Amino acid sequence: MSSPHVVLRRGRFSVRFRTRTVGVLVATLLAISTAAAYALVLGELDLSVPQVLTALVGRAEDPLTAYFVTDVRLPRVVTAAIVGAALGVAGATFQTVTGNPLASPDVIGFTTGAATGALVQIIVLESDPVTIALGALLGGLGTAVLVWWLTRATGLTGQRLVLVGIGVGAGLAALNTLLVARASLVAAQTAAQWLAGSLNAVLWPRTAVTAVAVTVLIVPLVVLARPLAMLALSEDVARGAGVEVQRVRTVVVLAAVGLVAVATAATGPIAFVALAAPQVARRLTGAATPGLASPALTGALLVLASDLVGQHLFSPTQLAVGVVTGAVGGVYLVGLLATQWRRR
Amino acid sequence: MQVGYGATPVIDEVDLVVPDQTMTVIVGPNACGKSTLLRTLGRMLQPSAGTVLLDDRPTVGWSAKEFARVLGVLPQSPRAPDGMSVADLVARGRYPHQGLFRQWSTADESGVQAAMRAADVATLADRSVDELSGGQRQRVWLAMVLAQETPLLLLDEPTTYLDISHQLEVLDLARRLVHDGRTVVAVLHDLHLAFRYADHLVVMSQGRVVATGRPADVVTAELVRDVYDLPCRIIADPVSGTPLVIPEARP
Repeated sequence: MSSPHVVLRRGRFSVRFRTRTVGVLVATLLAISTAAAYALVLGELDLSVPQVLTALVGRAEDPLTAYFVTDVRLPRVVTAAIVGAALGVAGATFQTVTGNPLASPDVIGFTTGAATGALVQIIVLESDPVTIALGALLGGLGTAVLVWWLTRATGLTGQRLVLVGIGVGAGLAALNTLLVARASLVAAQTAAQWLAGSLNAVLWPRTAVTAVAVTVLIVPLVVLARPLAMLALSEDVARGAGVEVQRVRTVVVLAAVGLVAVATAATGPIAFVALAAPQVARRLTGAATPGLASPALTGALLVLASDLVGQHLFSPTQLAVGVVTGAVGGVYLVGLLATQWRRR
Repeated sequence: MQVGYGATPVIDEVDLVVPDQTMTVIVGPNACGKSTLLRTLGRMLQPSAGTVLLDDRPTVGWSAKEFARVLGVLPQSPRAPDGMSVADLVARGRYPHQGLFRQWSTADESGVQAAMRAADVATLADRSVDELSGGQRQRVWLAMVLAQETPLLLLDEPTTYLDISHQLEVLDLARRLVHDGRTVVAVLHDLHLAFRYADHLVVMSQGRVVATGRPADVVTAELVRDVYDLPCRIIADPVSGTPLVIPEARP
């Protein structure tokens, strides 16, 4: 077989992995570790690797070093990885369920809806950061309900979902613009900062909440990963092979919407990661359905690396991570569309 | 049994028994409800009135995986995701035999090998499904359904888009399966092949079953004229002796 597998069997227990996928996962993990190391070393206060390591195990001699490593840089790195993984998994889920590489939460309006929720909190209600995050969460879930209601006749599949989602997203984007345009100068500035999607000033409490929420939402997706992969073979085939299509689809879509909403609530919209991570993972692994682990790690790496670039490439000017992923992702989207068209 | 999309029934008052270990072929003009009937047998559609029984149990009562271990379905013109390999696709047929902690047993391994040999696609294992010819692709999909190792198989127009020799290849494979003790139900368009390969023929017209039985007993010029609105003569196929439809000359 062209794609050799590793099979583990013990009694009734058996699993099978594609060798190349395992290789890609290990390589991505190494890249994530490298990016994380750079993120901990670089900054206003440049540290050495030994200094960072001693700080990580709680033995730093200098309290300033300890503060920068464990209280400022580490939560930022961990949050970047968690949010990236959540976006990657959510994107892979949407793309598999709909069989459409464009069906990512950025494109079909969920992220825009989360932004609407946050903007209402920032501009109309002048709320604190926690309430803003809650607003983003509600906005994302509300948009999902709206899109689901508009596509209920045909179900959450294919072209119709993408078109309805783009329509809803466009309407909400207009609403967002209107909100910002009518806002006071201070509120508009806060809104603009939030909309750029940033990991600035992320501290442990937010990291912890995000980690718990993402873990809870990823569990059902891991359990249903195999029936989810069957959905890629079209509804009839999946059903014929014994997949409870309706139930699986409902659970995974709900979990994926939840992941996007949580990620957006944590950092603001980080554009294009959910769209690009599963596609990059698919090309790296060479598997027609990339599963969830590889998109998760690819998403984590994308956000982490983009944040590094945003912080240090044009230093002292700092770019928000969403700006970097947006710029890279825009180019990627154009490329994706161009190759799709050529194949037609 | 009655089945429909929305209010109007597509098939109405159908009463049908599929005999065990035979090849049952459903024929009829376009939009007569052949595929709807097959999809109802395969539990992809629920009848609005009446029941489908599998081994004397209503099909709605079976769990999804349990049902898929007894009955395999090849839908009309299925599509694989871009870049999926033949081996990967055929392996997906093992889904109803697997679980979260039982993902690739030795039975899965041998089932996939046997299915690929039976459908003669073992040499294509490494190829990507989307770069295959129509005939090869259809055999690959058949292999996936065979990997399910079900005693019952439903095939919805398995010979569409295939040239004559590939059509025969697919139908010969179906015949071998019946010979090995399986039950096959297929929807076919080509009457000549349907009459030649069917043990049991089901003729449908406008949502109703108008004739069932052995092709040689059932097929008459009147039946074909009534069902297809086609004046014709019936002669014996010089090779197999089964009925052969010869349309009358048109003015």
